Parts: sequence; structure tokens; C-alpha cells
Amino acid sequence: MHMPLEDTIGLNLLAANQHQAEHNREQFDAWHLLCLNLMSSPGAGKTSLLERSLSQLAKEFSMAVLEGDMTTQLDAERLEAVGIPVIPITTGRACHLDASMVQGGLKLLADRLDPAELDLLWVENVGNLVCPAEFEVGEHRKVALLSVTEGEDKPLKYPVMFREADCVLITKIDLLPYLCIDMERLESHIRQVNPFCTVLRVSANTGAGFDAWHGWLHQQRNAQAPGFSPRAPLSRWEPAIH
Amino acid sequence: MHEIDMTRALLASLQEWKLGHAPNAPHVHTVHLEVGAFTCVEPDQLVFTWDAAIRESWLQGARLAIEPVPLMGRCVLCQNPYEPNPDQGYRSPCCSHPMEEILSGRELRIRSVDYTFA
Repeated sequence: MHMPLEDTIGLNLLAANQHQAEHNREQFDAWHLLCLNLMSSPGAGKTSLLERSLSQLAKEFSMAVLEGDMTTQLDAERLEAVGIPVIPITTGRACHLDASMVQGGLKLLADRLDPAELDLLWVENVGNLVCPAEFEVGEHRKVALLSVTEGEDKPLKYPVMFREADCVLITKIDLLPYLCIDMERLESHIRQVNPFCTVLRVSANTGAGFDAWHGWLHQQRNAQAPGFSPRAPLSRWEPAIH
Repeated sequence: MHEIDMTRALLASLQEWKLGHAPNAPHVHTVHLEVGAFTCVEPDQLVFTWDAAIRESWLQGARLAIEPVPLMGRCVLCQNPYEPNPDQGYRSPCCSHPMEEILSGRELRIRSVDYTFA
């Protein structure tokens, strides 16, 4: 029996995921695309937001979506109807996307198109306010959605998610006339845990707030690629046969 | 219970560490973790899933020792360190300022591994 050894590691528990995430980000950078990770609780409106944003931005950006879903491909089918390339990633039991699942999605995407032609890659995470906050996938920006029906206290109850976000979208604001919710209080709760993020109010139903939201996207894209000029949209995407 | 996924991620990171010792095979006694209060990980549940996950694996019998790290912030107005808590909305008690600077509490760190070579 040897004397016990001790290796001082100082590695993040999620180091293996982190390495893969950094590898993904290097690929995104080599392709000069901006990757956004959309996160929220189930039903906060990620897919509805994407449907409107993809339609409105299709003339300005070349885009694709990696669509995380635990069991179904329902969201992917909704988004494919918009005519944007969508790769469904079924996570099975896992309640979040991790960097290797996204790498798998990228390989499938690269079989169908040249990722270097893309300007924006959207990753729609699994609906969950806990786990996705800790698992980076290689994104450049994290966008968290919080719908007005979820209540003012959520940023304090799930602070890690809101702390990590670069942009928080308060969604479904068309429902405000029917709700007793103090929007100032809600926004103040977000800012208490994260004074740095951009907070925007939107409705995917009416389109309210989308100018500001898309303005933020342009700003991030410009910050990433100075002098960037939008490329022509990809030729029409032919949905895969399932 | 996302601690299962956290445990998987931890096992993947330890597997990377193990490969660094190849061709020698380390026999692990204890894995020391630091887990911050401002993370999505519940230490007790992590130990529970760890014990289940390592059964009949190369880590069988290894103990997970978790050192909790409290959430500490610093008020950027008066520089006072404080312990943010949800009841105060994470604000500083001195100036009621939002939680801008986090000093500790985000740790999910494998601090060290005690092991021998068989």
C-alpha cells in the first residue's frame, strides 16, 4: 500500500462540459456566427418568440435553430414551418441541453448546410429555470424569458438563471390587462440579482417590443463582427423527412 | 432531480483527470468538492446520486466530501461584504444596493482528489 496521494485539481465540476462548450464556441467563431441560448421555464414562450423573430429577421440574417426538447419534436415542426433550418435534439430524460448534445446537433446541421453561411444560430433549451443555467453550450449570449403569468417573485426564486442572462425578455405582455402584476416590481427583482442585463418587454402575439429586441440582437451581432453586413438569406430550407 | 446530470458531469470531469494518469490507474479514496450556495446544486442530493452512480464503476467506494461555500457579495457603494439573501431580495443591508459583485457562492469546484495507485 502506497501513501495516499493528493492531486490539487481546482477544476470546475462541469469541466468536461466546459471544454466541449469552448470547443463549440471556437467553431462558432471560426464560422463568424453569433450563437444565442434561449432559456426559460416551460411555456414561457420561447418557441412563439422564435416563430416571430425568425419570420421578421429572415430577410436580414441567415439563421438556423437547434431545438432542444425532452421527448417530442413538436417545437421543431412549428419552427420548420417558418422555413428556417431546424435540427431537433431530443434530450430524453435530461432536463437541459449540454455542450456535447449541441455538438451532435451541429454535426447534423453541417450535413445539410455550410454553417459558415449562418449569421445567427439559435439554441432553444429545454424548458427549465434551474439546470440550463449551469450548463454552457458554447453560446455567446444567454437570453432568459420570463412570462408575466409566472409572477414577480421568480427572479428571486431562480436567481442563478437570471444572474447568468445577458438579456431578460418579459414575455406575453399582451396579457397584462387581465393580470394583477406589478411590472416595476418584477423588473426590480431581475435587476436586484443582475444589475448588468438588458431587460425588455415583448409580446410574440402582437409584436410589441420586438423592435427593441431585434435592436438588441443587431447590437450583439455588430459587437461580435465590426463592420458586419447582413448576408443574403440561405436558399430555401427543405424540411427533412421524418 | 438534476443532481443526476451534475453527477454525470462530475464523473466525466474525473474521467478526464484519470486519463491524465494513464497508463496508471488511480484508486480514488475521496473527491473533495466546493459547492457554492449560489448554484443549482443541493449537496445532500449530490452525495446521494454520487453513491448510486459509482457502484461497480472505477470509482467504487470513493467518498464525496463537499465543502459548502456561502454566497458572499460586496456592496459596490460602500465596499462592505455581506451575505445576500432572497428575503432581502439579495440587496446589500447597508445601502440596499442590488447584488452587483459576488465574492463567493458560484463555486462548483473539484478541489482535490485523494488516491493511491493499486
